[in-house]
Amino acid sequence: MYRIVAREDLAPVTKLLVIEAPEVACKAQPGQFVIVIVEEHGERIPLTIADYDRRAGTVTLIFQEVGKTTRLLGTKRAGDELFAFTGPLGLPTEIENYGTVLCIGGGVGIAPIFPIARALKEAGNRVISIIGARTKDLLFWEDRMRSVSDELVVTTDDGSYGRKALVTVPEKEILESGEPVERIWAIGPAIMMKFVSLTSRPFEVKTIVSLNSIMVDGTGMCGACRVEVGGKTRFVCVDGPEFDGHEVNWDLLMERQRIYLDEEKRALARFEEMCPSCRGEQH
Amino acid sequence: MPKERIPRQEMPRQAPEERRRNFKEVALGYTLEQALTEAQRCLQCKKPQCVEGCPVQVRIPEFIGALRNKEFRRAADLLKDKNNLPAICGRVCPQETQCEARCVLARKEEPVAIGRLERFVADWERQNGVQVPPKAPPSGKRVAVIGAGPAGLTCAGDLARCGHGVTIFEALHAPGGVLMYGIPEFRLPKDVVEAEVEYVRSLGVELRLNWVIGKIKSVHELLEEGFDAVFLGTGAGLPMFMGIPGENLSGVYSANEFLTRNNLMKAYLFPEYDTPIKVGRKVAVVGAGNVAMDASRTALRLGAEEVHIVYRRSRAEVPARKEEFENAEEEGIIVHFLTNPVEVLGNEKGWVRALRCQRQELGEPDASGRRRPVPVPGSEFDMEVDMVIMALGTRPNPMVFTQSAGLERTRHGMVVADENTGRTKLERVWAGGDIVTGAATVISAMGAGKRAAADIDAYLRGERNQVWWVEPEAAAAS
Repeated sequence: MYRIVAREDLAPVTKLLVIEAPEVACKAQPGQFVIVIVEEHGERIPLTIADYDRRAGTVTLIFQEVGKTTRLLGTKRAGDELFAFTGPLGLPTEIENYGTVLCIGGGVGIAPIFPIARALKEAGNRVISIIGARTKDLLFWEDRMRSVSDELVVTTDDGSYGRKALVTVPEKEILESGEPVERIWAIGPAIMMKFVSLTSRPFEVKTIVSLNSIMVDGTGMCGACRVEVGGKTRFVCVDGPEFDGHEVNWDLLMERQRIYLDEEKRALARFEEMCPSCRGEQH
Repeated sequence: MPKERIPRQEMPRQAPEERRRNFKEVALGYTLEQALTEAQRCLQCKKPQCVEGCPVQVRIPEFIGALRNKEFRRAADLLKDKNNLPAICGRVCPQETQCEARCVLARKEEPVAIGRLERFVADWERQNGVQVPPKAPPSGKRVAVIGAGPAGLTCAGDLARCGHGVTIFEALHAPGGVLMYGIPEFRLPKDVVEAEVEYVRSLGVELRLNWVIGKIKSVHELLEEGFDAVFLGTGAGLPMFMGIPGENLSGVYSANEFLTRNNLMKAYLFPEYDTPIKVGRKVAVVGAGNVAMDASRTALRLGAEEVHIVYRRSRAEVPARKEEFENAEEEGIIVHFLTNPVEVLGNEKGWVRALRCQRQELGEPDASGRRRPVPVPGSEFDMEVDMVIMALGTRPNPMVFTQSAGLERTRHGMVVADENTGRTKLERVWAGGDIVTGAATVISAMGAGKRAAADIDAYLRGERNQVWWVEPEAAAAS
């Protein structure tokens, strides 16, 4: 079992958990993910690593409560244990000194973009970051992102905080301003990553995205996560999760993300019926 | 008067119309009376051929002899002297090509039902309390076994009995490997697997789950951190696809995904278990191996109206066990021989709507010795289905090889290892099972695990460590 040592509510539906997993913490690198099973009968879900502390032997996860499994995970408190925790999986981000780089995090994608931005900063890059969310309540880690960025732009779709814009608006402005951006990283919902990639394409700036496809084992065994990149089938879990956003077949990715929508709704309805708040109070 | 010949005892099975809609075990096992009757048929040969046909050399006539005398405990001990996982082998071994094929009786009549007797004895022991056999005194040596499937469990069990400290590293959250994720409940109940894993654990083997070697630690790190030997038994878990258009449409599964969701994650119990699975109305399964049988029969049990097996060769080349193929046909699986998919067609939502196939005819034998299927021009037709499961075989997962310089592999990703000892080209690293052979059987993996355990034990005791690797040609010449 894997003990939760700390919990923080970043927003009403965005939670942070710090998990005791010394061996995973020891090897974790920016860009990698873990597979979590919350309770014994649970499903295996991939969550990107938001941070790690090798000395403390902990891994930090940030997730948004969207379905049954993440809702259940959201009921966990410090001292609780997770049934399974496997990682670090996937290939790490290629960190180098590229010069000037742009890091874009959307919604819960702000969490995994943070260790990448930090590593890029430590490697000597000039880091420009954009973080955005639908609304103010979904934003978090502005201070941490600012601490690893030379410039930070904050946006909300509804204008409730920072600039009222989608992240692609400042992205385009920065690319047009003549900033010598060598590479872009974008993590967020598929639709956001698609448009970040479309925006950067005319500027011919390589854009790395972290794909969030459906997975089961997360170790290359099942192929549930397969995507098309540059016309070839790739497994997100072992060949990714990072790919060249200009090469990804986005429509296919989004279609495949919807395969279990009906089952997800059913599971969530059943979970709510069984009174999640009561379950939460037990802890 | 000549002794009346006893016929081979049939094993009771669930009726096809009943079992095709449930996940309970198909074969029900012998009754005590049936087992004793069948045991009478064994000739108790002085030089038993059956033992030679067994990859782990189970003491077949001896355990059957004990069973005949109703010495059940002794029968179980004799069985487990060579086989750490008898309840599993009794269910999934292809006895018809191994021990039973060599049975002297088979020359004139049907062979002794060795597999069914093995299952009976193993099940008896599970119900009556498993005994832990005596172990050698601790050697002070430590062995890391990578993968808790048939090869790893066998190797670990044998090494523990030799007194070595054994740790198994398993990537998934449950031990058993293909026994848990691949083979369905109706052929191999998971409580049987759990009980046999528990037995290996009771021998003193430490099991670390959720450890992905190659990611969390490399093989070299394990050796540097104090393990005296490493055994790689990570199997062949990487699914193959055909490379035809439409293969990534929603509704196209690898058999590995379909079976893992259902078996390991228990998606057939959704929503009590959280992992979902799609139930096709009309399902096409591509391939005709054991995995294809498992996938098609699973689809049927999940509620599919029609399940079609699409196979490019003919009935004579079907690679699945005869019994499993018959079971599938009895349950109403429709088989299309000499048929090969060329494209998966989708609807406007990106879901499978049909499988475009092409008729084949058999040409000259190919490298495998089987007649090569040749496409018949202009014979394309569309099979209307809403789910396609690709059961085309698997290859070793390359993940374990991260930072494992010195491990030689073949073009197809298999590890190069000595067949008799399991030694790889990297010193102190052994390998066995599907990672060496490509997808094969549970028992052949167990045999490899057993041979490697014997060599590891000899090596650790300092008996066989002068020369690490001998090229096979050189070995043959000497």
